[in-house]
Amino acid sequence: MGQIFPRNANLLARLSIFGGLLLVVELILITGVFFRSNYFRQINVAVEQPVAFSHQLHNGVLGVDCRYCHTSVGQSYFANIPATETCMTCHSQIAQYSPNLEVVRESYATGAPIEWIKVHNVPDFVYFNHSIHVNKGVGCTTCHGQINNMPVVWQTQGYFMAWCLDCHRQPEQFLRPREEVYNADYVQPANQLEIGRQLVAEYGIMPAAQLTNCYVCHR
Amino acid sequence: MTSQSPTLTTEAVREQLRNARGPQLWRSIDQLADTTAFRELVEREFPRGASELDDGVSRRSFLKLMGASLALAGVTGCTYMPRAKLAPFVEQPQGGRVPGIPLFYASALTLNGFASGILVRSNEGRPTKVEGNPLHPASRGGTDIFAQAEVLTMYDPDRSTQVLNNGAASTWDAFTTTLGNSLTAQSVTQGAGIRLLTTTVTSPTLAAQIEQFLQAYPQANWYQYEPINRDNVVAGARLAFGEDVSTRYDFSAAQVVLSLDADFLAPGPGFGAYARDFSDNRRVDAASTAMNRLYVVEATPSSTGITAEHRLALKAGQVEGFARALAAALGVADVPAGAAVPANAQAFLQGVAADLQANQGNTIVIAGAQQPPAVHAIAHAINAALGNVGNTVIYTAPVEARPALQTSELAALTNEIAAGSVELLVMIDGNPAYNAPGDLRFAERLAQVPLSVHLSLFVDETASRATWHIPLAHALESWSDARAFDGTASIVQPLIEPLYQGKTSHELLAAMLGDANADPLALVQNTWQAQANGSFDIFWQTALATGVIADSAAPTLTPALQTGAIPAAPPETSGLELVFRPDASLWDGQYANNGWLMELPRPLSQLVWDNAALISPRTAIRLLNLPISVDQLIAPAGGDADKAATATRERALELLTQANGTVVQLSYRGGSVELPIWLMPGHAEDSITVMLGYGRSNAGRIGDGIGVNVYPVRTSDALWFGSDLTLAATGRTYQLVSTQNHWTLEGRDIYRVGTFDRFSADPKSISRDIYNEKYGRDSPGYESLMPRVDYTGRNKWGMTINLNACIGCNACVVACQSENNIPIVGKDQVAVGREMHWIRIDRYFAGSDLDNPDTYVMPLTCMQCENAPCEVVCPVAATVHDYEGINNMVYNRCVGTKYCSNNCPYKVRRFNFFQYSDLNTITLQLARNPEVTVRNRGVMEKCTFCIQRISDARIEAKKTAVAAGQTDYTIADGTIVTACEGACPTAAIVFGDLNDPASRVAKWRGEGHNYGLLGELNTFPRTTYLARVRNPNPDLELEG
Amino acid sequence: MAQAQPLRTRPQPDDGESYLLPGETYTSLTQKIGDVPLVSPLKTPKGWLAGFTVAFFLLMIFLMSVTWLFIRGVGIWGINIPVGWGMDIINFVWWIGIGHAGTLISAILLLLNQGWRNSINRFAEAMTLFAVACAGVYPILHLGRPWIFYWLIPYPNTHGMWPNFRSPLDWDVFAITTYATVSLLFWLVGLIPDFATLRDRATNVWVKRIYGMAALGWRGSAHHWHRYEIASLLLAGLSTPLVVSVHSIISLDFAISQVPGWQVTVFPPYFVAGAVFAGFAMVLLLMIPIRSFYGFQNYITMRHLDVMAKVMLATGMIVVYGYFMEAFAGLYSGNVYEEYLLTNRLIGPSAWAYWGLLFCNAVAIQPLWFKRVRQNIPALLLICVLVSIGMWLERYVIIVISLEREFLPSSWAQYYPTFWDWSLYIGTFGLFFTLLFLFIRVLPMINIFEMRLFLYQEEEKRRLLGPNTDAEPIVRPTATTD
Repeated sequence: MGQIFPRNANLLARLSIFGGLLLVVELILITGVFFRSNYFRQINVAVEQPVAFSHQLHNGVLGVDCRYCHTSVGQSYFANIPATETCMTCHSQIAQYSPNLEVVRESYATGAPIEWIKVHNVPDFVYFNHSIHVNKGVGCTTCHGQINNMPVVWQTQGYFMAWCLDCHRQPEQFLRPREEVYNADYVQPANQLEIGRQLVAEYGIMPAAQLTNCYVCHR
Repeated sequence: MTSQSPTLTTEAVREQLRNARGPQLWRSIDQLADTTAFRELVEREFPRGASELDDGVSRRSFLKLMGASLALAGVTGCTYMPRAKLAPFVEQPQGGRVPGIPLFYASALTLNGFASGILVRSNEGRPTKVEGNPLHPASRGGTDIFAQAEVLTMYDPDRSTQVLNNGAASTWDAFTTTLGNSLTAQSVTQGAGIRLLTTTVTSPTLAAQIEQFLQAYPQANWYQYEPINRDNVVAGARLAFGEDVSTRYDFSAAQVVLSLDADFLAPGPGFGAYARDFSDNRRVDAASTAMNRLYVVEATPSSTGITAEHRLALKAGQVEGFARALAAALGVADVPAGAAVPANAQAFLQGVAADLQANQGNTIVIAGAQQPPAVHAIAHAINAALGNVGNTVIYTAPVEARPALQTSELAALTNEIAAGSVELLVMIDGNPAYNAPGDLRFAERLAQVPLSVHLSLFVDETASRATWHIPLAHALESWSDARAFDGTASIVQPLIEPLYQGKTSHELLAAMLGDANADPLALVQNTWQAQANGSFDIFWQTALATGVIADSAAPTLTPALQTGAIPAAPPETSGLELVFRPDASLWDGQYANNGWLMELPRPLSQLVWDNAALISPRTAIRLLNLPISVDQLIAPAGGDADKAATATRERALELLTQANGTVVQLSYRGGSVELPIWLMPGHAEDSITVMLGYGRSNAGRIGDGIGVNVYPVRTSDALWFGSDLTLAATGRTYQLVSTQNHWTLEGRDIYRVGTFDRFSADPKSISRDIYNEKYGRDSPGYESLMPRVDYTGRNKWGMTINLNACIGCNACVVACQSENNIPIVGKDQVAVGREMHWIRIDRYFAGSDLDNPDTYVMPLTCMQCENAPCEVVCPVAATVHDYEGINNMVYNRCVGTKYCSNNCPYKVRRFNFFQYSDLNTITLQLARNPEVTVRNRGVMEKCTFCIQRISDARIEAKKTAVAAGQTDYTIADGTIVTACEGACPTAAIVFGDLNDPASRVAKWRGEGHNYGLLGELNTFPRTTYLARVRNPNPDLELEG
Repeated sequence: MAQAQPLRTRPQPDDGESYLLPGETYTSLTQKIGDVPLVSPLKTPKGWLAGFTVAFFLLMIFLMSVTWLFIRGVGIWGINIPVGWGMDIINFVWWIGIGHAGTLISAILLLLNQGWRNSINRFAEAMTLFAVACAGVYPILHLGRPWIFYWLIPYPNTHGMWPNFRSPLDWDVFAITTYATVSLLFWLVGLIPDFATLRDRATNVWVKRIYGMAALGWRGSAHHWHRYEIASLLLAGLSTPLVVSVHSIISLDFAISQVPGWQVTVFPPYFVAGAVFAGFAMVLLLMIPIRSFYGFQNYITMRHLDVMAKVMLATGMIVVYGYFMEAFAGLYSGNVYEEYLLTNRLIGPSAWAYWGLLFCNAVAIQPLWFKRVRQNIPALLLICVLVSIGMWLERYVIIVISLEREFLPSSWAQYYPTFWDWSLYIGTFGLFFTLLFLFIRVLPMINIFEMRLFLYQEEEKRRLLGPNTDAEPIVRPTATTD
């Protein structure tokens, strides 16, 4: 008796084999891409805060130093979220009737903290220490982006482990002089690598083989 | 719901927990934990997401789904993390406090009323860790297990949260009103119906308040009672000197020490000082010319007993006879002869006597608190005769506010209650309804008191019977003061507002004196205003900063021995003897609800979660007709050479240990109790030891119904031991759980011991003997195909443990548990070998005679091998080496194959078989160390050398270096102190940089008796040991 | 030509000498083997239904155990510190070992041109696949955090990390996946001509279509045969080294470590031999009942059983030599830990396992020296059961007893399997037999076309040996017999 499939059905058979394989690969790739996507990590998504505080204005325009509010960034792992008191030091004089500051004044009066929304999420199990980074010439904007141009703050980096390792493997590509750390307008010079290597030597930055040890960030 | 309040502070949590207890507490905690407000709190408390708790929807649990089925990808549309909130301070705290940097405060904790100085670490306002206070005489930088565990007690969710009136919720105001009325009524009779019952009082403030109260109510009476009291010590002193004197010992000057059933190397007054001084005198090195020698006569094997060069196992009842015979042998005047010393003790007696004679003035004869007054009096007499007084034995004015015979005081109180003459009974702390001797029937009597008040941390057995219960503020929440064993006073300062609106004893006394809302701080300051010479502020600040009040030690006395004071010997007793001892972990039962202590392997027995009747194997075999020949207790003549005989003996011993858990009925003086037995090699024959502190009914989630309560069979006339005990097998067995089931070393070279003579002649001899035996040459000559990694240039962290100083007190284990957020797992999990302790204390019974073995204890933690077997086999590189040579265990990379543990020859790795860490209980969250990851289910963990402390020190060092323009940083020796090292009362552990030749660890490592455990495996452990050196009396040494 | 009446050639008396009993024709072969899958669902044999039901029930137990495992964690098992691996790894090694017979038969015997393999290779290969499937679940299930098992696979990830290629556990990943893939391919390729046969024999059009798709347009042209022969030779060549490599690598999971009792240099060959040993035992165990159930005694003859028994005996003796070497090494090493290991196996608390394994794997196989035993079905069955148990005990002794008592007596502890250890093990039998029953129901469990080829060769032999009247005219067999 004859065949039940026409000869050209063989093509279908071949296609289905390769198509199936392709599909699996596609799925895996899509998954991978999704988890790296800015959508999933909520990168470059501006986060509305209870108070319309503008880093652009305070830092960018008025040039208030980062450390004025983030006091402990140089001494502690924790950069410190400013107390309402800190806002009021100026705003008891300046724009003291601005409706934007209603929440601040209320907080100061009632003693109830302002609830800022957390923008930058370091993955769990990472013991990130601000102080050692800023003391060793890692600029604020290197991780936090051009904060001085952000009316409302957003996270500019995915903070993947691989991203951290970029710098821990080649610090010379990112380091800047200690005095420039808090300078949001700092632009890397053309000879960054050269300068970077000098700074690595000067600041006694450990070689990659040591900077990439697990216990440097994890415990 | 109130818990929806926009911001949540620790105070708010406190507010919410205030009126909740038991199931109710759990409900309210759950409600609370769901609120966003709580998440903010935790967000503030754990700013870096150290625990999984802090992300609303756990990212990892999302990934779990992903891992389980990739098909889910994208479908869920879930994003990275819900936005958490940050609530900063409204007003930045002053005082140079840098957010995120922990602070330390000096304070004091008491055991039996006697203070020990501590430094408490505060993270963001939460006390998280207790360290010893080097400036405090009773601490000397070390702590005991109880001090370490107090943090957990403070955060215990089972603590009493509210004032109770006959079990119903009430308020402090309602109480003070009632109290006021009652007192007004009493004032008519000058308080004839008032009785005050406290535990031992050394607090000057409390004493002053009580004094004041007694003046206001002259007819009132003040009694003290603790189940583990020092009646015999007090009575002994009165017997010897006719007055109250406190005795303290200076072990730093003692060459020969004889302990008459005194366990001075276990927690108790002066423990810190005694343990430190004593071990300093035996921490020998190549340069040492002398080493002290310890003789112990005891019934129950103890930390002191296993440390001794020579230990004589005598029934507790025979110790007095021994003391009298010794006095006779030393020619001490008017000590009536006692019962004949057993034949096997004669040689020991002669040896001790000779040794004491030879070292007059530099010896100590110390009697145990459980021995009758006569023994203490004899000890005083002997010390006087040997000229020790003023040198090694120092008498001072009484340290307690009022030395008392507490048992008889409690008896008096019960009689008065029975007589109906007590109308108002105020009980401050203590738990007499549970821990009073059975024959006093205190619990029943208590019910007869019209108005009884109980101030305590928990709604315990007494609180539930009293008409009023007042929650007590924990020592870490209170202002107070207390005296150490030598009288030195310390200020107790609070680290946090009372979590559960507890009241201090001072506030209660103040209320009794009419001031219902007194400020305890003011009360304490009042007491010291007078003492302060010069500015009080300076005095006060110094006292708080140093943790001690200068020159407040009790003045020394030189009391005169009374002649003819020592009574004639009591009639000789025979037959079985029952001995009561405080539990090594639960003490008198007050720590029964502390999980860290409950799961802490008891020294020597290694038992957890239960008490047992300790009995010597020989006695057990005889009484229970175990199918084992007693000859097996003695090693075969051939020693280990006779392999077959040794193997069969080892097997026989294993079978013998199966008798553990046999339930027996102990009938004692009309009372009777059923307990499982636990074989304890070295225990005195015909003597059985039971531990106090178990069988609680109102302890809390952990302690309720654990073990058997033996207080009911305890009698007030023989508090510590007594004869006429009969033992009957019940035919039942009970599962006792121990963390170590094997007794012997199997002839393996694990624990190295040598004698002082041989050592001082040649420090390397100890190891060399072993190598000669094993390899036929002086050195092991291990060879490796792998080249050694070079760690020079950076810090090369290492640790050395001095087996000569370790007394197996477990302080390091609890300290580690507290520092590293180590969970407890429960009895059933320990039963299947899943305890989580990162550092453990191994115990081995060695020597040829298991009736009185050489007992060895050996702290064991991750050896941080340079050639780590665990690292090679991990498929995901979750455990790897860093440049300082530390074996990094990365929890978040671990997938849990458990191969690393299989391949670890030291078996120091611990696995989270279930979700052991409590991620739900708020207060336990607050107790955690934010510097250390809280581990989750399915990951391996182990000792990290306290990497969080290393990291912090390194970062600080780097910052200073770069600020000073230096390219390289240095970390001074001693900057980094690991938790175990810091807690060790005998300074048996040192940690430091092996690249720094000046560091203590490098020095120890250079000693001749330094050795690496299982060195033949070429693991090159970073943790090494200093071999044990004994200093036996040549006349008594039986085996080489 | 019209469909011939199905011949019902009943089993011939078996002299135990020939691999194919006389009286078979191409038609009879094709019908007897080919009709089994083609039986209409309504006529499914009762015996099959019963067996499948039981297997499916066990499979449900498997699912239950896995679910509970994921909910609670590996703590539901009896493992502890020091015994970090228990029945999870024991069963893993046991199953993967069983898998080995298939590849050996299909690959090595093919290269050695052993005609007798034709009647058993299909079945053995199927068994291999199913055993590997059962084994494969364990490495994932035994993880503390199974949902991230994929971290063992090297892929570009956001951690910027590779797995640890030094770890034998990572080698396993590659060894097992390769092995599974190649075996599957080999099996499928071998099925193509038979799919065609079924396609052509099927009466129901849908059945035709399904088998037709699977046949990938096979027409049995010389072209196809030529390609086919080359493909199967290549695959055989590929999988031959795998037979050795897989279990060698599994053995390195232990040999790489330094646990006394694991760190043994003889492990790789000794594991491979053990695997073949266990594998053949399992093949016999399954084939004997099935052969009589479907009346295949003519194709799977006593001679087959005899030869497989011989292989068992041979590999068994190699394993026994392995035991001897272990003991000798222990005594000769002069190493206190190795010495103690032996003592512990002989008189320790788990000694029963060691003695049991010696009995099952060393003593029980000795009767196989005698042909009478090799060709006695009950005896064979009994021995195969004992060997299967023995090989399980061997893994228990190696893994558990070694871990129970390592270097420091302080950390010695016993291992006691829990309910969930057993339920998962029993559950894997469910997985195995469910797949097996489905296989014998819908696929030809004996390789039809190779049998035809074999018949041809046998007939040729007979013809050369002398005139044979019963024989049909010899026609070079093709896949389509109409």
